[in-house]
Amino acid sequence: MTAELGAFALILALALSALQAGLSIFGRVRGDATLRGAGEGAALAAFVAVAIAFAALMTAFVASDFSVANVVANSNTDQPLFYRITATWGSHEGSMLLWNLALTGFGACVVVYGRGLPTGLKSVAVATQGTLALLFLGYTVFASNPFVRIATAPLEGQSLNPILQDPFMAIHPPILYSGYVGFSVVFSFAVAALVEGRVDAAWARWVRPWALAAWSLLTVGITLGSFWAYYELGWGGWWFWDPVENASFMPWLIGTALLHSAIVTEKRGALTGWTVFLALAAFSFSMLGAFLVRSGVLTSVHAFAVDPRRGAILLFILAIAAGAAFGLFAWRAPKLTPGGLFAPVSREGALVLNNLFLAAATACVMLGTLYPLIVQAVTGEAISVGAPYFALTFGPLMVACLIILPAGPLLAWKRGDLLGALQRLWVAAALAVAAGLLTYLLIAPRKIVPILVMTIGFWLIAGSAAELAGRINLGALGRGDGGQVWRRLRGLPRGQWGMTLAHIGLGVFVLGAACELSWRTETAQSLVAGQSMRAGAYTITLQGLNTLDGPNFSADQATLIAKPDHGAPFTLTPERRFYPAQRQTTSKVAIERRGATDVYVVLGDERPASGGQPAWLVRVFINPWARLIFAGPLLMALGGAISLSDRRIRLAAGRRAPSGVLTAAE
Amino acid sequence: MKTRLALIAIAAMLCMGAAASDPAERLADPVKEAHARSLFRQIRCLVCQNESIDESEAPLADDLRKLVRQQIVEGRSDNQIRQFLVQRFGAFVLLKPPFDLGDAPLWLAPFAIIGVGGALIAWRGAKPLRLEPPLNDAERARLDALTQAPPVSAGDDIDGFDTIPPRPRLTKGAQA
Repeated sequence: MTAELGAFALILALALSALQAGLSIFGRVRGDATLRGAGEGAALAAFVAVAIAFAALMTAFVASDFSVANVVANSNTDQPLFYRITATWGSHEGSMLLWNLALTGFGACVVVYGRGLPTGLKSVAVATQGTLALLFLGYTVFASNPFVRIATAPLEGQSLNPILQDPFMAIHPPILYSGYVGFSVVFSFAVAALVEGRVDAAWARWVRPWALAAWSLLTVGITLGSFWAYYELGWGGWWFWDPVENASFMPWLIGTALLHSAIVTEKRGALTGWTVFLALAAFSFSMLGAFLVRSGVLTSVHAFAVDPRRGAILLFILAIAAGAAFGLFAWRAPKLTPGGLFAPVSREGALVLNNLFLAAATACVMLGTLYPLIVQAVTGEAISVGAPYFALTFGPLMVACLIILPAGPLLAWKRGDLLGALQRLWVAAALAVAAGLLTYLLIAPRKIVPILVMTIGFWLIAGSAAELAGRINLGALGRGDGGQVWRRLRGLPRGQWGMTLAHIGLGVFVLGAACELSWRTETAQSLVAGQSMRAGAYTITLQGLNTLDGPNFSADQATLIAKPDHGAPFTLTPERRFYPAQRQTTSKVAIERRGATDVYVVLGDERPASGGQPAWLVRVFINPWARLIFAGPLLMALGGAISLSDRRIRLAAGRRAPSGVLTAAE
Repeated sequence: MKTRLALIAIAAMLCMGAAASDPAERLADPVKEAHARSLFRQIRCLVCQNESIDESEAPLADDLRKLVRQQIVEGRSDNQIRQFLVQRFGAFVLLKPPFDLGDAPLWLAPFAIIGVGGALIAWRGAKPLRLEPPLNDAERARLDALTQAPPVSAGDDIDGFDTIPPRPRLTKGAQA
């Protein structure tokens, strides 16, 4: 019964989305407030209907309803309740339902939070959101329906892939998808602006909160996925330049570019066409991501639940939505009025440079991801483009971008003083170089390039701090005028805090990534109980092994005592788990965090030792500053969230104060 | 479909864990071993989802590692080893495509975008400032009238971070 209710709600949502698109557009053309209102009502109802469908699927999973094919394939009764719930979005069908939930949810948000928008703009945006929902709901209902029943229900289901049975993997998809799909709002606003023929500072102000929210969610989502790979795949890798990762990275890069160009459009009315282009591109890359991830055209470490036939339909949806939007752009964008003027050396100029580098970086990731497909289509030859390619192309591009970054916020709008900006940065530069030199002296073995990259990380942190110090006039503290500093500190808009935090977060990430990738050490040895091994500054002793029984797995758990050269010893308990439902063995690593550094221990397989006693392969990784890799992006997302809480942005997203010009426009 | 999924899952499982550090496989000479490891990272495990043979625990990766280590001991150069692998398994085995004429677009396009984009911005950006027309009499009169009016709202920020430029065009939007 639940499954039928869900299927019904899903089809209802499809019809409501069609109504949402049709009524909103009709209302806009006729100038009829009733029709427009009905369209908005349909948008809210579509969200409710998808939410009911989603709840129905979740109920089927919780109740282990094995008459539903999707439940049979992804759950069984031994699975703990938490993973029965998260299995709802563990499959292809379920994840597309989640996508639809996010899509209609954002559609409803536009209706609820867009009360202050000009009616025309809002109607077209709601209609666009409805059209997108129509496409994706249509796909779900007809090609990927999660509620399909099977004639004879088995007594027991299969199981969610064991490596997905993990708390981080459970919350990763909803956050990632919210980020992906959050860009749909920006996309709809761009389409609406093109239809209405007006892109200006006010439009950019309405768009920015949505872009910020989507970007922050995507940042958290990608970080969670990366952290999951770090501890679950069992060798400490956190980024593989894998197609699935690239698929989420491309909308992130474009979203980052959009955040910056939208600032120029908001403050100065310039770069209008480019900002609209990015707004369309961000969600197009999200859709490309859905296609790449779900179709399995590219092999990936993260590809679970792929299906090539459905891939073709997703590609078709991508072609329709992106094709129509960019067609509209090509037609209407030349008519947009060019905005404010600025000198090459100015805040605008710096942000343009930022966009140039981010666009090139996105192109680089896209090319590297799709090139094997292109070559295969043209020559029939199978080739690989892997991590070494990205290190040599994406790396230098980003290095150049990061070196110039701290100067940007110090330049004035319209016409900046580069020399003045650099003068205000010399202390930061000196600090960064000093920190780099110190690293060079302290770290072994000495490697020049990673130390230069780490110096850039220090430069980002020091440069961002210097900019903040300048804004609050920290120098006045030395002259005993603490009151002025305090007043300025209190008066800083939250957007300023957000920017500084995000840039510092980037620096933290660069430090962690450079350090971990270059100085990670790895030691492996077969140990019998009582034997020890050396790994870095630790002596690690295997105490013994015992077997554990989990809810749906059995495990061999090793107990290891790690004794650092200085400090107290600690215990590590890595496991090797066997999941009988899928006859799979997974490794559960043990990680001990020491400051920002991880001692990461993996239990390998059992092998006969010479003395007849069983020996176990133990791998120990020392990952210096690995935690910064994840802390950095979280700081960036926090910066995004703080910016989002800025009064100006809250006002723009929510009910708009009925002041002056905008009310007159309606 | 289900068997395919199962196969993928099994392949994914087989490929997990950094296997190259297995002491049973290591070369005695640490310099040669380090060299082998750096080469492993550029060679794809052909049966895995997307992993180098340095990371993969698949039996095939095991065989490939033995092969590469053996050739390093025999003193063959990196290029010879790569060529040998490409002859056996095709270009798919190399994670880093060769830098040659055929793959030039792949390697150069990102930098070409910076070049072309930069040139375009320089060209477009240089123009408007030179072409900015001076104010005519009517505009000047209007500006004078505006500047003599009392300031409306200075915004709430120190250096204009916060202010939106007023856009008179907004007031006459053709709204439904």
